[in-house]
Amino acid sequence: MIPAPFEYVRAGSADEAVALVSQHGDEAKFLAGGHSLVPLMKLRLAQPSVLVDVGRIRDLSYVRDAGDHLAIGALTRHMDVETSPLVREHAPLLARAASHVGDSQVRHRGTIGGSIAHADPASDLPATTLALGASYVATGPRGTRTIAASDFYRGFLDSALEPDELLVEVRVPKMAGAEWGFQKFVRRAQDWAIVGVAAWRRGRDSGVALVNMGPTPLLARSTMDALRDGAGADEAAQRAADGTDPSSDVNASAEYRAHLARVLVRRALEGRAT
Amino acid sequence: MRISIEVNGAVQQSDVEPRTLLVHWLREQAGLTGTNIGCDSSSCGACTVHLDGEAVKSCTILAVQADGCAVTTIEGLAGPDGLHPMQQAFADHHGLQCGFCTPGMVMAAVGLLRENPAPTEDEVRTGLEGNLCRCTGYHNIVAAVLAAAARGGGR
Ligand SMILES: Cc1cc2nc3c(=O)[nH]c(=O)nc-3n(C[C@H](O)[C@H](O)[C@H](O)COP(=O)(O)OP(=O)(O)OC[C@H]3O[C@@H](n4cnc5c(N)ncnc54)[C@H](O)[C@@H]3O)c2cc1C
Ligand code: FES
Ligand code: FES
Repeated sequence: MIPAPFEYVRAGSADEAVALVSQHGDEAKFLAGGHSLVPLMKLRLAQPSVLVDVGRIRDLSYVRDAGDHLAIGALTRHMDVETSPLVREHAPLLARAASHVGDSQVRHRGTIGGSIAHADPASDLPATTLALGASYVATGPRGTRTIAASDFYRGFLDSALEPDELLVEVRVPKMAGAEWGFQKFVRRAQDWAIVGVAAWRRGRDSGVALVNMGPTPLLARSTMDALRDGAGADEAAQRAADGTDPSSDVNASAEYRAHLARVLVRRALEGRAT
Repeated sequence: MRISIEVNGAVQQSDVEPRTLLVHWLREQAGLTGTNIGCDSSSCGACTVHLDGEAVKSCTILAVQADGCAVTTIEGLAGPDGLHPMQQAFADHHGLQCGFCTPGMVMAAVGLLRENPAPTEDEVRTGLEGNLCRCTGYHNIVAAVLAAAARGGGR
C-alpha cells in the first residue's frame, strides 16, 4: 500500500512549520512521527496534498521541570516520555501510559503531540493527560494559546486545534505523590485499548479518564463526584460508565464496554497498573 | 526529491517520490530484499530495521523521513568474522521455521538488547511485542534472545 502523491517540505522551526501550513491552506498537514498519519495515508483515508515535516524540530523535544508542572515538548517521542526520569518521578501515571503505546518500534517514532493532536479516543495519552488536568500550548498565525485538556477534545479525531495551529508543548501538573492506577484492556499484546482507564487520587481529589468509551477521551465525572463526596473506590467505580455512549464493534459490545469501565476504574482506583 | 541515506555503512543517494516508503526504497532502490513486508499495516514487524540505531517499522516511515540518517538492515548485521551473535543464537536455538519474520525479529532483538542488555524473559516477550511470528510459537525465539544476551550479544 502506497499513499497518494503529495508534496513534502521539512520545517526547521515551529514558526516555519506554521508559515508553511498556512501558505498551503487546508490541504496541508503536519507530519510528526507519522505513526497515525502514514497508516491512514496508505489506506487513502487521508490524502493531504502537502506534508510539512516537523519531526526534525529538535528544540520541541524535551521534558523540563517547570515548578508545579512538567513541560513536555510536543515532539517528544513516546519512548522518551516513558524513560524520562522527570516524568517517572513527577508524573508516573504518564510514564506508565506511554510505555503501553503500541510496541517499541512505534514508541521510537510516535510523539506525544501527534497523539494528542490526532485526538483518537482509543489512544492512551489523550485520556491520560486529561486525567492529569494537563493543558496544551498551540502556536499559529494568530499567536500562541493554551488550551485545557478538558476543553480540547471535540469529537472523533476532532480537537480545538485549527488546521494551521501547531501543538508545541504539553503541560502536566506534578502528581505530588498522588496514588494512581492505569488499566488497559486488550486481547493481544500490542493492541489499542478495548477500554482503558487512567486515574489518580489524593484524599477526595481525583482525576479519572476513560479510553475508548465514546467519540472522545472522557472524564468519568460521576466517579470523580462520588469520590469527592467520600465514596470508596468500589462504590465510585460503579458510576464509571454513567453518561457515556460507547460504541459496539468487533472487539466489544457497548454493554461489555460499560462493564469493563466499571471493573477497570475500580482496579485503577485501587492503585493497580497493567 | 533527492535523498541520501547511509545504508549498512555506505551512503546511497537517489531521487524519490515523497510517498515512497522506506521499506520499498530499501528493497527496490537499494536492492536489499532481506527486509520483508508482512502486513503492510504497521502490525507485524517483519519490516523492522534500525534507524539511527533504533528499531523501527520501515513500512510506516517515508524514505524522505530517513534522509540524512543511518539505516541498518539484516544484511548489515554480519561482520567479516561471520554471523552477528544474535543471528548465531537464532540458528543455535532454532528460533525460526519458515524464516519470514526472522529478519525483523533479529533486528528488533538486537535493538532490544541495545536498550536493555540483560532482559528477563518477560522483558524479552514485551520487547518483541511488535513482531509477529506465524510459525514457531515464540518459545525458541525468546530462548535465542536470552542466550544472545547471556553471551553479551547486543553489539
Ligand atoms: C501499530 C501501531 C500501534 C499503535 N498503538 C497505539 C496504542 O496502543 N495507543 C496509542 O495511544 N497509540 C497507538 N498508536 C499511535 C501512536 O501513538 C502514534 O504515534 C500517535 O497516535 C501519533 O503520533 P505521531 O507523532 O506519529 O503523529 P502523526 O502521525 O505524524 O500525526 C498525527 C496527526 O496529528 C497531526 N499532528 C502531529 N503533530 C502535531 C503537532 N505538534 N501539532 C499539530 N498537529 C500535529 C498530524 O497532522 C496528523 O493529523 C499506534 C500506532 C501504530 C502504528
Ligand atoms: S510490514 Fe511493516 S509492520 Fe508489517
Ligand atoms: S518463522 Fe515463520 S513467521 Fe516466524
